[in-house]
Amino acid sequence: VPLPLALGLSVLVLSGGSQFLAVSVVAAGGGLLPAVVGGLLLGARHLPYGLAMAPVVGRSWPARLLGAHLLIDEVVAFSRARGTGERAGRRTGRAGSRSWRSGRSAPSSDTSPAPPSRTPPPFGVDAAFPAALAALLLPALRGRGRQGGAVPAGRRGRGRRRAGGDPVPPGRPAGARRAARGGGGRTAAGP
Amino acid sequence: VTVDRRPGAGRRDLRHRLAGLLLGERLRLSPAVADRIDLGATALLVALAATAWLTEDGGFAGWSRALGVAVGVAAAWWRVPFLLVVVLAAATTAGLRALGLP
Repeated sequence: VPLPLALGLSVLVLSGGSQFLAVSVVAAGGGLLPAVVGGLLLGARHLPYGLAMAPVVGRSWPARLLGAHLLIDEVVAFSRARGTGERAGRRTGRAGSRSWRSGRSAPSSDTSPAPPSRTPPPFGVDAAFPAALAALLLPALRGRGRQGGAVPAGRRGRGRRRAGGDPVPPGRPAGARRAARGGGGRTAAGP
Repeated sequence: VTVDRRPGAGRRDLRHRLAGLLLGERLRLSPAVADRIDLGATALLVALAATAWLTEDGGFAGWSRALGVAVGVAAAWWRVPFLLVVVLAAATTAGLRALGLP
């Protein structure tokens, strides 16, 4: 693949998984169908991401499009570790631009269909991504463990107020309620 | 040949991402269902972390990375700052590799 094309695609698409998958499938002699189905399968995981992140991303169309473009694994993890509201929004933007900048060198997320390379990296770089992801997820998992009724009402109220100016309607999905539930549990992940 | 397929795959990808965002604004979900979706996103990310932690090319990634990341997770559990967690995991892995562990 020519370099300008690769760079252009990364800017336009920012989807390491689908890119790697398509290249791997085609390189392995696979047909169009496996490439398409595999890409769909990889893309389908963004549906729950989007559902969980909708309260963080703005409501205007430019914001939505930019949010959708940046909706990748790391960004979701960062934002989830930061709760909701203004702070999470800013966090999302920053994490997004970081992923965007690191773009091709760290195609992030989908290490599974990566091009075959038998020699392990000389440094521990490959350990950084899973460790970072786990560190970001731990607070959420901690909050879940506590959820079995042990969350005091006072904390719930505090978290809710912090989640943004307006009170959270009961039907509002995921993020807003997460902040209400586990308001205190995410101190660990702050860099 | 690859040139034709990759942008297509990417555009589908973006559509998936947008679909979740738009649905999230429109759906009125019961708290229980919303909680499950929340859990689903977390489960996906945990699965991603697990595969990145332990596997490479469809096989075990080797003890260096497994132990290095374990050190990082332990550090995160004890609320060590995020950057330090990442550095610890990478440094442990690199050290073990330098000692000859795969």
